[in-house]
Amino acid sequence: MSLALKERILMNIEKPARYIGNEVNMVKKNPCDVDVRIAMCFPDVYEIGMSYLGIQIIYDMFNRREDTYCERVYSPWPDLDKVMREEDIPLFSLETQSPISDFDMLGITIQYEMCYTNILQVIDLSKIPVFARDRKKSDPLVIGGGPCTVNPEPIADFFDMFYIGEAETSYDELIDLIKVYKKSDMTRAEFLRKASHISGIYVPSLYDVVYNDDMTIKSVLPLYDDVPAKVKRQVVTDFKHVTYPMKPVVPYLQATQDRVCLEIMRGCIRGCRFCQAGMIYRPTRQKDVGMLKEYARQMLDGTGYEEISLSSLSSSDYMYLDELLNYLISLKETDHVNVSLPSLRIDAFSLDVMSKVQDIKKSSLTFAAEAGSQRLRDVINKGITEEDILNGSRQAFMGGWDKVKLYFMMGLPTEQDGDLLGIAELAEKISEEYFDAVPKEKRNGRVMVNASSSFFVPKPFTPFQWAPMISGEEYTRRAYFVKDSFMAQKNKKSLKFTYHDAGISVLEGVLARGDRRLCKSIYDTYKKGAIFDAWTEFFDMDRYIDSFKENNIDMDFYTARTRNDDEIFPWDHIDAGVSKAFLLKEWKRAKEGTVTPNCRMKCQGCGSAVYGGGVCFEAEN
Amino acid sequence: MKLRIKYEKTGVLRFIGHLDVMRYFQKAIRRAKLDVAYSKGFSPHQIISFAAPMPLGMTSSGEYFDGEFVSVTTAEDMKNRLNDTMADGIKVLDITMLPENAKNSMSVVSASDYFIYTNEECENDYMERLISKIDELKCLEHVEVLKKTKTKEEMSDIKPYIYEIKKFNYTIAENGVNESKSGIYMLLASGSRMNVKPESVLGALAGLSGVEYNPYDYRVHRLETYMGERDCLEPLLRAGAIF
Repeated sequence: MSLALKERILMNIEKPARYIGNEVNMVKKNPCDVDVRIAMCFPDVYEIGMSYLGIQIIYDMFNRREDTYCERVYSPWPDLDKVMREEDIPLFSLETQSPISDFDMLGITIQYEMCYTNILQVIDLSKIPVFARDRKKSDPLVIGGGPCTVNPEPIADFFDMFYIGEAETSYDELIDLIKVYKKSDMTRAEFLRKASHISGIYVPSLYDVVYNDDMTIKSVLPLYDDVPAKVKRQVVTDFKHVTYPMKPVVPYLQATQDRVCLEIMRGCIRGCRFCQAGMIYRPTRQKDVGMLKEYARQMLDGTGYEEISLSSLSSSDYMYLDELLNYLISLKETDHVNVSLPSLRIDAFSLDVMSKVQDIKKSSLTFAAEAGSQRLRDVINKGITEEDILNGSRQAFMGGWDKVKLYFMMGLPTEQDGDLLGIAELAEKISEEYFDAVPKEKRNGRVMVNASSSFFVPKPFTPFQWAPMISGEEYTRRAYFVKDSFMAQKNKKSLKFTYHDAGISVLEGVLARGDRRLCKSIYDTYKKGAIFDAWTEFFDMDRYIDSFKENNIDMDFYTARTRNDDEIFPWDHIDAGVSKAFLLKEWKRAKEGTVTPNCRMKCQGCGSAVYGGGVCFEAEN
Repeated sequence: MKLRIKYEKTGVLRFIGHLDVMRYFQKAIRRAKLDVAYSKGFSPHQIISFAAPMPLGMTSSGEYFDGEFVSVTTAEDMKNRLNDTMADGIKVLDITMLPENAKNSMSVVSASDYFIYTNEECENDYMERLISKIDELKCLEHVEVLKKTKTKEEMSDIKPYIYEIKKFNYTIAENGVNESKSGIYMLLASGSRMNVKPESVLGALAGLSGVEYNPYDYRVHRLETYMGERDCLEPLLRAGAIF
């Protein structure tokens, strides 16, 4: 195989191993022997992209088809980006090192809003017209997938299609259609029209958005009768037999996830009102524990990894967790396998497990308290109480731990200074628990309580999609307020408080609930040189602010407004499973501070039962 | 039981750094299900150690690492099991068993020999002009090159450590094809006591020829890694015995 980049270039950039492919378990096929060539992209640097389980699943799934060759591509790091522009080098795939423009389809997974400029980087460097309307039949079809596609409107102009939901259901049908498209004289427009008939495929150019005078949306309607008015998010219901990559590609470079990643469950029963994942991956579905043990064994053997981690939104809710963890711990003794634990609910079982797989002196306990007062935790439906946290901490301190991590969000709906004060007070109470539980002679060093906070960003398809976001200045004021209240605590030397950058959160807020009118601003921001905006060292807020100004976009319109109950949202033509009526009911309950029981305790009729699987039918099994 | 493992690293894998190769072999040993020994403690690691670190961009057919094993089968079986899980470009060539008191490979390295040939991407091929200056280089009393350490830069005479240099033909296997190349052979001191980079010698030859030296115009392939004194150099593998 010859490389796309010359020696002179590879030897003068950081980590050339990002661009040469050839890893263990990489799939090798001859592109001449297949009908359809797909390039799958995670629009961030290789080490981040290779850590993402979703692409490994799709890569494995596509390559099981004999008529298809799926290759990988990641964002070139800024050093190589510069060289590629200067020397006019087209972006290439890792496997065959061939230009992306030679492929039939470019699939891009969209995991966070701050990668939007990287999407443009990838399309642009591939020499594909950035705006979908400018593409010809010879250009690859550009399709987006992943969590951000539940509101793909701010990037709608750059994509021919979006795949809404889980890849395992409808891609075969799409690939079959691409085969016909390639072999016939079907036009690109005709193809897209036909693709829109496939369940879960959203073709943004086939919808017309009309706005009201107050800038809100009046309607989003399909241009033709045969195009579905609503695109249904795809969900795997037969979760027990879903494909999984037994031999994932093993990078040479140390990826962020340098371990086997075992998905145990999709979805979450908890229904925290700020959490988009907890709403859009419904219904909660569990994998068979016997199957998972077998997978763990095979994946460790097939990759040579020394470590395994579990993937799910809330591992403590996996019903067979004890059995699975006990099995994995047994591998530690026999096979030197390290088990990297997900954040578990702290109780006697999890503390016992943790003591077996972690060095207690080095590890810390994590509580996602999210809010500082019980009142506010009820508003967000976070079912953890102060008592849970204090009891858990106490048990852990008696077991030998002396470090606790706490996660919070600031700027949650209805938040008052009193709730913020609770953050410092909770940290203080935990430290007092330590001094109470551990006698002087048994203390080595000092107890440490590390609280960190992000700023709340309202997301589509959550009960808080109606909620206003506070301003960047107010975020900063609240952060200082909390910081000061930590300084007033008795055990302040044992407490630490850190928080995220407010600017990025405000921007995420604009993009998360944005509409199609933002596309041009994102394009202009990219044209100003923005790439790798998820990396603080490259992020420049002013590029965005300038682009918004030039395009007469008022950021406050997207962030600061309280939306009316009956407002039509830019994402209302996407059917994510959970109904708008359910979300609205939850928004009202939030404002009352009423807690909603989880899916296993009592079904709330959220709408996801239509998929016909998972927790909705658990009681019947 | 302590084994010495010889491997080659060729083709595009020249862009994989030394630390990544170490991590690669840790995984390969697990995939091959070899009974490697682990250190004690809370986070045990495999007891393996590498000989000469390999600079980025270099290929080699004479790389080594040592490993401590709890149990072994035969050299042939262990080699095959490793090679069944290798990526294209890394191949285990040989395994021998070291005596208990053997010094580790890194500490015994004293020399390496290299084959240098023109990179096919190179636009101006000066190889013949460099070759024509080999005899002149051999007659020089000193070859001064700038040596950089962490703290200082100083001129250093590498002439005594150029043990051998000559015009050479060698068959390189790359991209699945064998190609005979003509270039330069060098036997140079390497290891912790004295280390001469082939690039330094090439630079000196370029200086004598009056051509600009561009490192990316040349490919460097390590042929073998040696231990012992200059007059009785032996490949590292010889420290062990067949099993």
